Amino acid sequence: MPKYAFYVWGSYGVSFVLLGAEVLMLMMRKRNLKRRAPVEAETESPLNASLQGIQ
Amino acid sequence: MSKQRTNWYKYAAPANFYPLAGKMIPVFAVPAALLFVIGMYVGFFVAPTESAQGESYRILFIHVPAAWMGMFLYVLLAFYAGLGWAFNARLASMMATAIAPTGAIFTLISLITGALWGKPAWGVYWVWDARMTSTLILMFLYIGFISLQSSIEDPRRSDRAGAVLALVGVINVPIIYFSVQWWNSLHQGATITATKIKMAPSMFAAMIIMTAACWIYSIAVVLVRVRYIIREREQESPWLAEVTA
Repeated sequence: MPKYAFYVWGSYGVSFVLLGAEVLMLMMRKRNLKRRAPVEAETESPLNASLQGIQ
Repeated sequence: MSKQRTNWYKYAAPANFYPLAGKMIPVFAVPAALLFVIGMYVGFFVAPTESAQGESYRILFIHVPAAWMGMFLYVLLAFYAGLGWAFNARLASMMATAIAPTGAIFTLISLITGALWGKPAWGVYWVWDARMTSTLILMFLYIGFISLQSSIEDPRRSDRAGAVLALVGVINVPIIYFSVQWWNSLHQGATITATKIKMAPSMFAAMIIMTAACWIYSIAVVLVRVRYIIREREQESPWLAEVTA
C-alpha cells in the first residue's frame, strides 16, 4: 500500500470531504431558513405593516 | 373483500410530500452511513490485492459507484425536470433542483478519483479520452443547470429553463456509457454486465455495497434538500405554517 497510499487515501479523503461538505451545506441552509423565518414573520406582522404605512 | 389502496398521487402535492420526506430521511441516512463503513471494510480488508494494479485498484470502489451515480442522477434529474415541465408538477421540478448538487458532487468525485487512479495505472492524471471528456461535459451540464436555475428569480421560469437544459443534456449519458465501445479509449469495457461479472466475489461485494451506500446517501440528502426547497418556495402557504409550527 505505501507505494499507492497517496492515491488511495487521497481518493477516499477527497470523496468523504466532498460528501461531508454537502451535508454541512445542508445544515447551514437549515440554520439560515430557521433564522430567516422569524424575521419574515416580523416584517409581515400587522403592527409592522401599519408602521410602514405611517412612514 | 376490498383492499384499501394508497393514493400515491396525493404525494405529488408538496403539502403531503413534505411530512412524508421528513419521516423517510432517517430511514435512508442511517443505512447509508452503515453501508459506507461496511463497504470500506470489505474493500480494504476482505477484497484481495489485484494482480496487475496492486493496491491502487481499491480506488475503484469509490470511483465506479460515484461515476454510476453521476450518470444515474442526471437521468433522474432530466426525468423530474421533464415531468415538471410537461405536467406543471411543482414537486417534480423541485426534485430536479434538489438532485442537481448531489449529482454534481458525485461527478466531481468520479473525475478526481479517476485522475488519482489514472496516475498509477496509466502514468497520467488526465487524458482527453472519450469517457473522461464526456464525464467532464456532464459536470459542466450540472454546473450549467444549477447556475441557470439560480440566475432566474421566478421559480416557474427557472424550472422551465432548467428542464430544457436537462433534457438536451441527457443525450450525454449514453455517450458516456457507450464511449468505450464507440471510440478507442484508455478505459476498459464493462467489467460488470447483466450476464457476466469479471471480478472476484469479494471485490464485487465491495463495489455493490459502496454503490448501495452512495445510492441511499443520495436519496437521504435529496429528501433533505427538497424539504428546504419546499420551505423556501411555499413560505406563503398556510399548510407550511401548520407543519413547521
